[in-house]
Formats: sequence, C-alpha cells, structure tokens
Amino acid sequence: MTPGAELTSPEAPLFDPTAPLTATGNLRRRDGVDRAVRVGATLAAAIGVAMLALVVFSVVSKGASVISLGFFIHNPVGLVSGGIGSYLLGTIEIVAIAALVAAPIGILTGLYLTEFAGSRSRTGQTLKLALDLLQGVPTIVVGLVIYGLIVIPLHQPSGFAAGIAVAIVMLPLMARSSQEVLLLVPGTLREAADALGVSRWRTVLTVILPAASGGILTGAILAIARGAGETAPVLLADGSGFNPAVTDLNPFHAIPSIPIYILTIADEAIPNAFAHAWGAAFVLLVIILVANVVARALFVRSRGKMLAS
Amino acid sequence: MRGGGETGDLVLYGLCALAGLVVLATLVEVVYQLIGNSNLAIGHFGLGFLGHQEWNPHFGRLGAATLIYGTVVSSLMALVIAGPLGLSIAIYLAMLASPRVRSVVGPLVEMLAAVPSIIYGLWGLVVLVPFIHSIEPGLHNVLGWIPLFGPPQTTGFSIFTGGLVLTFMILPIISALSRDLFLTVPRELREGAMALGATQWEVIRGVVLPSTISGVSAAMVLALGRALGEAIALSFIVGDVSQINVSLFAPGATLAERMANEFLGTSSNLELAALWYCGLILLVIGLITSLLARLIARRFDVERAYARAVAV
Repeated sequence: MTPGAELTSPEAPLFDPTAPLTATGNLRRRDGVDRAVRVGATLAAAIGVAMLALVVFSVVSKGASVISLGFFIHNPVGLVSGGIGSYLLGTIEIVAIAALVAAPIGILTGLYLTEFAGSRSRTGQTLKLALDLLQGVPTIVVGLVIYGLIVIPLHQPSGFAAGIAVAIVMLPLMARSSQEVLLLVPGTLREAADALGVSRWRTVLTVILPAASGGILTGAILAIARGAGETAPVLLADGSGFNPAVTDLNPFHAIPSIPIYILTIADEAIPNAFAHAWGAAFVLLVIILVANVVARALFVRSRGKMLAS
Repeated sequence: MRGGGETGDLVLYGLCALAGLVVLATLVEVVYQLIGNSNLAIGHFGLGFLGHQEWNPHFGRLGAATLIYGTVVSSLMALVIAGPLGLSIAIYLAMLASPRVRSVVGPLVEMLAAVPSIIYGLWGLVVLVPFIHSIEPGLHNVLGWIPLFGPPQTTGFSIFTGGLVLTFMILPIISALSRDLFLTVPRELREGAMALGATQWEVIRGVVLPSTISGVSAAMVLALGRALGEAIALSFIVGDVSQINVSLFAPGATLAERMANEFLGTSSNLELAALWYCGLILLVIGLITSLLARLIARRFDVERAYARAVAV
C-alpha cells in the first residue's frame, strides 16, 4: 500500500466540518470507561485507607482500655497483670544497640557511595547491589544467622544478639536513606568548599553532613521505627529466654521485649492475657506511627531548608 | 592543601570503606552461616527435600514441599489482590487526587507498611481468622467451582487468611512505588495526549502505564519478595500443617512461618539442620527476587523513556 492510500480509501472517515459537535456513541463509551476507572481508583484509595483504619481501630479498641500510667512504668506480674515496664525498656535497649551499630555504618556507607565512589565505579555498584540483596534477606533468616553467629558461641540468647540482628535489618535502610539525602546536597556547596581549599574530610564534616542532617535523621527515625517492631530476628536471637519475671536488662542476658511478649501470648493463646497483649500492641503501634509522622514532617522541613540554602 | 588534610582524608576514606566492607561481609556471613548449618540436612535429604511433603522430625522424614507450596500460593494470592488494588491507588494518588488529598491519603496508605508484622499477626489471629471462618461458606458457594475455593473448614486458620494478611503488608509497597513512578512521567507527555483528545484513562493506558511498566513490574517483584519471606504475621494464622491442600481455606504452612514456629523447639539436630535448609531456600528465593527486581528496574530509565517518546 502506498503511503496516503488509507487516507483516500472509502472506509476511512474523513473529517466533516459540517458534522454537529455532539458526542457520538463512541465518545460516550470512552467517557463511560474513563468515569468507571476514576470511580474504581478512588474506591481503591478508600479501601487502602479503610484497611489501615481497620487494623488501627482493632488495636485501639482492644488495647486502649488497659492503658494507664502504671501500664508503662510497672513491671509485669506473670503474663496477665502488672505493666509492661520491663518489656518497654527491653525493646528500647535492643533498638538502641541496633541504632548504635547500624547508624554509623549506614551513614558511612552512604558517604562512601556519594563522596568516594563515582556513579559508574565498580565498587560503588557492588556495594549498592550488596545493600539491595541484604534488604532482600528475609528477617527470619537474619535471625537464623545471628543465632549461628552470636547465640551459639555465647551459649545463650541475649539482648545484644537481638540488637545486632535488628541492626542488620536496619543497615540497608540507613545506608540507602543516607545516600539518597547526601545526593540531594547541592553540588555547589561542595564546589564552594573545594574552591576555598578545604580538605575533603572537613568539607564532609562541616558542610555536607550538616546540610544533610535533617534527612539523615529522618532515615534514622524510620529505621528505628522499623526496628522497634521487628519480631522474627529478636525471636531467634533472644526469644527463647523470654520470661516475664526478668527485669534485669544486662544486654548479655536474655531480656524481655514487647514483640516477643505479644508473640508469646498469641502463640500459646492464653485467653485472659489477650487484653494485656493488645495493650502492649497499642503502645508499640502508637510509638511506631508517631515516629513515622514525625519523620515525615522533619523530612519535608529539612528538604525545604536544604533546597532554599 | 592545609596541614593534616591528607591524613584526615585518608581516615575518612578508611572509615567509609570499612563500613562498605562490613556490609559486604554481612552478606557473605549470611550465605556462609546458612550453607554451613544446613549441611547436615543437605547431605541427608539432597534436593529431594524440595519435593517431599511430610514433616515428621521423630522419624527423620522431613521435606519442604508443603512449605514451598504454601509460601508461593499465599504470596501469589496477596499479589493478585494487592497488585491491581495498589496500582489503582497509585493512579488515584498520582493523577486524580488534588494535592491536598494526595498528601493525606498517600501517607495513610503507606502507614500500612509501618505496622509491625507481630501486630498483623495478633490482628489476624483475633480478628481476621474468625471473620474469614464466617465468610468461607459464602465464598465456597459462589466460587466453589474453582478448586482453590474448597469446602469451608472448621477453624479459619488457612492459607487464604495468611494471603489476606500479606495483602495488607505488601499493598503500600506497590502503591507507593507505582505512584512515584507515575509522577516521573513528564507532564508534557500526559498533556500532549490530553490535547489530542484522550480521556484520562486513555492517557493512563496509552502513555503512563507503557512508560512505567518495567518499574511497576519491579515494584511487584519487590512486594512479592517481601511476602515470600514473612514469618511472624503468618506463624499463628495459617495452621502450620504438613500436607498440601489445594483449597485455600485449608490450613497450610510456609517456609518462614515454619522456621519461626519450630526453630527454638527442635527435637533433633537433623530437624534443626532441615530448618536451616528451609532458611537457605528462603534466602535463595529472596536473593532471586531482589536480583530480578533490579534487572527489570534497570531497563526502566525515565530519561531514555522520555527521549524515545519525544523522538517517535
């Protein structure tokens, strides 16, 4: 067929300037499909929000009733009464160990990727691949590895082992978020420091890291929030020593934590302890959701500041 | 260069390189531990482990077929539901919602990813299991001609319940990543199509989806990987049995869930090694999904897609 033949073929509708400007059946059909898609997509968003509401509502309605000041500060008495004081402290301790390990390594890895490895460098690509793969390791597998690496050699489960396990979960998150934020630091800042003859390490410490601090903090808060709820790695590293009577928080012994407490109740299906477990779940969820909201707000503010500078 | 600059630079470089090495070493250690500790089971069962259904530690008859089946089916079920739902949410957020609504609804959906798996597990056990049990007869009556929707069971502990919980967990991954991808489609492409008279849906189908399809697929693979490795949320709601049932309403088991349930209470070294073997299988699955997502996403390059679209 020669080009243009289809234009003159009798089947092709030619533009008719005298045709009235009203919707034909075809346009009505297209509009109908379009409207259906819009309604469907809006409905999907409503379903998504409803799913969150469903879970949060369950936790609040079943857990809020046991919340009191004493619930936070008193130590548990058995599995069904008292507070969650020691569980809360145990979780804080595990997450603190994890953050102390994962944050410096994660930030330094982010610095390596942005300041020392060029975007095409092979070591940089390898490191990024390793971070992706590490993030793809299921958290229960991280627990297994820490069991083999720390629990067996130390002959006992420990808060320290749990902290390292959670650190491995947090590390790729920390490194990736640091890298993203460091990439946002305007190149002009680096060039200005270079032009003044400032050495690289001073530039990093006094210019780049301060400029990126808000974003790095956001990443750290999100990683900590993630770590606080991690259960699978903590279970294998520390869970077998769970005992509600333990209030000693020596990191080289088994220490209690909120996730393992909830797991124990759910696993053994102790009926009269569920209210208590929901209360612990409520506390955990509130901490994590508040941390997420704070991190978001912080990021919006710091990004605005950085782009304005 | 000022005095001390060289040394300082070297120290900083050394620290950063060391951190990178720690990341690499961690990954190597993960592989090393899993292979070393599952050695006994690998030697004893070989690859036949993957095809054997039974899990009977007292007689040393152990196999992962039930677990692999349950892992794959529950995760695929979650992807079948969360995939279209997440894409629709992403379409709403990127193209239909006003900026103000977007800034509220987007974070709310993403919060689903922040809820820890132990809370999903507790919620699944107390709220979802009884609910699913109550709707099983209805679903069976309507969809019973598909073998997957078999006769209702007595408890509600099932692969179906597990798949639903996984849906909650992976939905935000799909919706957030897809939304970000949709937002990268250049405005002039969308407006160009609009100017030619395309409806919003035609813009989505003709311009937005084709130019982001590889990124969206990568998001799906990532979400699938997350679902395949989930242990805690499923550990008390899928039933933890050792027999493959075609019906989704029947109890089942998954690799990660079995490890969480049994690891601390093993009755023999062989069972322990078998659980490590399960971990190795899970690691291989996890690494493959990560690599696959990377491979797909590498082909997605916004600038190239844009250049191509403009050139044509």
